[in-house]
Amino acid sequence: MLHITQAESDGVLTVSLSGELDHHAAREAIEQSEDLMALYPCEKLVLNLAGLTFMDSSGLAVVLHLHRTCARSGCDFVVRGTPPQPMRVFEAAGLPQVMIFERGE
Amino acid sequence: MRAVINKMSLKFESRSVNEAFARQAVGAFVAQLDPTMEELGDIKTIVSEAVTNAIVHGYADKTGFITVTVRLLEGRILEIKVKDTGRGIENVEQARQPMFTTGDDTRSGMGFTIMESFTDKLRVRSMPGKGTMVTMIKLLQERSA
Ligand SMILES: Nc1ncnc2c1ncn2[C@@H]1O[C@H](COP(=O)(O)OP(=O)(O)OP(=O)(O)O)[C@@H](O)[C@H]1O
Ligand SMILES: [Mg+2]
Repeated sequence: MLHITQAESDGVLTVSLSGELDHHAAREAIEQSEDLMALYPCEKLVLNLAGLTFMDSSGLAVVLHLHRTCARSGCDFVVRGTPPQPMRVFEAAGLPQVMIFERGE
Repeated sequence: MRAVINKMSLKFESRSVNEAFARQAVGAFVAQLDPTMEELGDIKTIVSEAVTNAIVHGYADKTGFITVTVRLLEGRILEIKVKDTGRGIENVEQARQPMFTTGDDTRSGMGFTIMESFTDKLRVRSMPGKGTMVTMIKLLQERSA
C-alpha cells in the first residue's frame, strides 16, 4: 500500500510517499502528484521518500515524470530522505547524475 | 553441479496485487540464509521486476499464471526463476538495453538493468507467443556467526 500526503508553504510543495511504491501503485502516484502540482503551483517541489518501505523501477517512472513536469514549468525539483533500498534502485538507474537527492526527513 | 539445499515454488495469477505477495514470499524463504539488509532488498527488488514484467508485458491483455521457483544451492548461491507463458520477447538483446521499453508512461525501461546490477548472472529465455523465463543467480556473502 502506498500513502500520499502533501504540505505547501512559501511556494514549496512537499509531496510525501510512504509504504510500497511498485507497479500496483505507480499510476496513482503519478496522477495524484500531477493533480497536487496543478492545485498548488509552486517554485519548488520536494518529493519526500523517507517513508518508503519498498520501491522498484515503477518508482523511477514516477520520479522521472515529476522531474520532467517541473523542468517544463520552471519549478525546482529535489528528492529527499530516500531510504537505502530505493536509493540502490535510483543508483542502478543512474538518476543521481541527472537530479538532486538530499538527505533528511 | 551444486547440491540443492532447499527449493520452493509459487504459482499465482498475473494480478498486480501479487507483486507484493511474490517478493515478500521469496524474502521470507531466503531469510533462512540470514542475508544482509542490502541483499534482502536486492532480492525483493529483482523478484518485483521480473514478476511485474510478466504481468505488464507477458500477459498485457489477459490473465495467466506466473511461476516463481527459488533454489538455495550449496555455497550460499540463490537461484530465482520467474516464468510466464505470455507474449514472449521478439528481441531479447534489445529488450535488455537500458531505457528500452514497449510499456506506457509508468515504465522507464530499466527493469533488466536493475536485475543485472543486483545479481551475479541474469539469463533471459523467451519465445514469441510461448512465454519468457528469467533466471537470476545471486551469491550471498558469508556470514560469520
Ligand atoms: N515477461 C515478459 N514478456 C514479454 N515482454 C517482456 C517481458 N519482460 C520484459 N519484456 C520486454 O522487455 C522490455 C524491457 O523490460 P524492462 O523491465 O527492462 O523495462 P520495462 O518493464 O519496459 O520498464 P521498467 O521495468 O523500468 O518499469 C519491456 O518493455 C518489454 O517489451
Ligand atoms: Mg520492467
